Amino acid sequence: MASLKIWLIRLRPIIAALLGLSLGIGITALAGESPAHVVAVLVKSALGSPYDLGMTLFYTTPLVFTGLSVAMAFQCGLFNIGAEGQLAMGALWAAVLGIVMPGLPGFVAPVFAVLACILGGAAWGAIPGWLRAKRGSHEVINTIMMNFVSAGVCSYVTLYVFRNTEGQNPETLPIAAAYQLSQFSSFGGAPVSWALILAVLVWAGCIVFLRKTRLGFQLMSVGENESAAEASGISSPKMRILAMAIAGGLAGLVGVGEVLGNAHKFKMGFSADFGFIGIAVALLARGRPEGVLPSAFLFGALHKGTADLDFETTHVTRELALILQALVILSVSADGLWDWMNRIGVKKRTGKAAS
Amino acid sequence: MFAIQVQGLTKAFGDCVANDQVTFSVKKGSIHGIVGENGAGKSTAMKLLYGLYKPDSGSIVMDGKPRQWRTPADAISAGIGMVHQHFMLSETETVLDNLILGVEKTAALGKINRKQIEKDLMALSQKYRMPLNLSARISEIPVGLQQRVEILKMLYRGAEFMILDEPTAVLTPQEIEELFRNLLELKKEGKTILIITHKLREVMAITDRVTVFRAGKVEGDLETKDTSVQDLADRMVGRRVHLTIGGDHPEDSKLGHTPRSGGGSLRPALEIKGLGLLRPGESKPRLDSIHLTVSPKEIVGIAGVEGNGQSELIQAIFHPNNPRHRSSGQISILGQDIQAFDTQAIKELGVGWIPEDRHKEGLLLQKSLRENFLLGQTRREQFCKNGWIRWNSVDASLKQGMEDFDVRPRNIHALAGGLSGGNQQKLIIARELDRRPNFLVVAQPTRGVDVGAIEFIHRRLVGLREEGAGILLISSELDEILALSDRILVMYSGKIVAEFARGEVDAMKLGVKMGGGHG
Repeated sequence: MASLKIWLIRLRPIIAALLGLSLGIGITALAGESPAHVVAVLVKSALGSPYDLGMTLFYTTPLVFTGLSVAMAFQCGLFNIGAEGQLAMGALWAAVLGIVMPGLPGFVAPVFAVLACILGGAAWGAIPGWLRAKRGSHEVINTIMMNFVSAGVCSYVTLYVFRNTEGQNPETLPIAAAYQLSQFSSFGGAPVSWALILAVLVWAGCIVFLRKTRLGFQLMSVGENESAAEASGISSPKMRILAMAIAGGLAGLVGVGEVLGNAHKFKMGFSADFGFIGIAVALLARGRPEGVLPSAFLFGALHKGTADLDFETTHVTRELALILQALVILSVSADGLWDWMNRIGVKKRTGKAAS
Repeated sequence: MFAIQVQGLTKAFGDCVANDQVTFSVKKGSIHGIVGENGAGKSTAMKLLYGLYKPDSGSIVMDGKPRQWRTPADAISAGIGMVHQHFMLSETETVLDNLILGVEKTAALGKINRKQIEKDLMALSQKYRMPLNLSARISEIPVGLQQRVEILKMLYRGAEFMILDEPTAVLTPQEIEELFRNLLELKKEGKTILIITHKLREVMAITDRVTVFRAGKVEGDLETKDTSVQDLADRMVGRRVHLTIGGDHPEDSKLGHTPRSGGGSLRPALEIKGLGLLRPGESKPRLDSIHLTVSPKEIVGIAGVEGNGQSELIQAIFHPNNPRHRSSGQISILGQDIQAFDTQAIKELGVGWIPEDRHKEGLLLQKSLRENFLLGQTRREQFCKNGWIRWNSVDASLKQGMEDFDVRPRNIHALAGGLSGGNQQKLIIARELDRRPNFLVVAQPTRGVDVGAIEFIHRRLVGLREEGAGILLISSELDEILALSDRILVMYSGKIVAEFARGEVDAMKLGVKMGGGHG
């Protein structure tokens, strides 16, 4: 009985995801579509062929980075809503590097570009981290505002500095060939590049950092109990800035798959809200980096699956497909938020308990 | 004739049975004590009585009728009152406003009839001999009087049955005497009083009957005159407890009055000169020219009612470079001027810190014991090399520490938040003593800790002193200060107002100083 309860608690995020999915499918059923057909289309279009699987993995890659970004900030007690702005800055830095330094040799160019992604995102993330640590202004507000600033900077650089005059689209000039990552051939033309391997390595690196290194331990201690961390000699402002820089750098890595592996230029608005879906990814993973990989894959599959509902069914429009996706995100987030609020409540209560 | 009979009350939270078939009766017009270790179920029983929880089974019988509360409001209207450990008063309002809040008697058009209410309240306070200045603000009156406001509040609401949760925790000995006089007065008037406390001597002094809780069950229901402090302590813990060190325990020969040997040639463990703290915007300094020395092999105890600068003193020692915690004065530790040091650097000098609030400053409640043991120790090469944590080494030291300090359960993966208060405190002490500190700051080491663990913790502190460490002990438990300290300083209103050598002073004399008197 007790163990069943524990299992239910552990499986709760998954139950929440399934609940959201069935709600969404229920709505498509109201629109006149057979639920079985909707599920079949979802599964087929997410995993049905090498190309479909490849596209799912292509969407999964940025979600691993943004999910980790939010989760690592969570570990330090911070809520990073700025992954969207950070990932754009990372991608922009990589694109600018690829445009202004076309002469870099082929084996160092991608490495430098990856570093540019990390630095661009990290610098952007560290600003709200610094504001929180030194001035006490809340990172939720500041990261949201930084998203707008980031969008403004990106559009200025794209439209007025490095504009691609050959096309009609708001995008930069292409990066030099030396920077471009080759795509794997086994996915039927889907743009799956080394960025996917990088994502898995970074995921493992985050776990090792958090569980095995002093810095990771200190960062986590601040997130768990700031006063106790301070009393033990840890500087919580430093850890807060570091955590936000790490979160920004992780989000910035989204640029690797996009700029180096896919578009080979910076396209305005390339991110399909990866920064925000990253929040749902991290919540489904309970704020721990361990769960981010499967969680990102689930959302990647959902993203790919719903994208095809429009074409493959008679009644489900693009908007309905988005509603379906949103319901899953909503129920997972609600569950994660509930858990988070409970934990805060528990802390308050144990703090008060006496006699 | 019973005021309240509790029959077979059971309450479980998940798998944890907090109250298991709890049965006891409280005689009308008596003072009844409830004692038990932390987590023994006292608070749960009181919350059931007061309607804050609903029992799973069992019943509460009042005046012969079984009763059920949906909310505390039901309990209050049935004549039950409760004074919580942390007072529920509005600091910025007057005594009168606090007394009538929620039960305002109104005249026509909802106008509050202050004249009439004031008259009623004056009569009430005279009847029970509890004088109060109704127009004073709560923030201006001492804690003892604030408690009196809480008691009058219950009386004004017509309480016949009063529950007091740890009423003496924040009082000086003089205030405790005053409270007891008031309680006896109430008893004479036929009120029934239930006191929850962990101070067994007070139970002996004032109650008629005692109920002992252990592990959620009633372990004994006794006439106070038939029992003793020792008997109660043994029942609470379930084994023989040595209450005061310096008693009949074989190790006690080396406790207590050990003269400081060779102290003269050694650097003091702590030396504070003219320490002051005046925060911007505040008119009164929180710390006022504090001079203080702790020698090696010495325990210096700081007595005082809480909130007289003790917490600020500790923060100043560990955050000397922060102007929020120190505005003037010099602090050196083990011969080093620490003015510019941060907490990390201070701890690396060989300084241990057992903080007053272990949940807030001592532990990561949601993390396992191994993470809690590593906290603050990552600069030791044994545990962390080149930035990499050596978990094997951490686990080995932790296991040894848990063995030495009897931390239960012996599971390094258990969450710190799941341990009892005593075991949490033992874990912190194991951690802070693991690096063999030369100077240790200990604040409220036995607060909320069960009787069995208190004895153990005291022995460890004395043992550390015998090894040569200097210890600064801050505690609001006078018994603890008197039992352990080689020298006793009294803090009042941010100043050190008195200093005594061991054996020169007793609790009453200390109490006068703690209250700011010149006795």
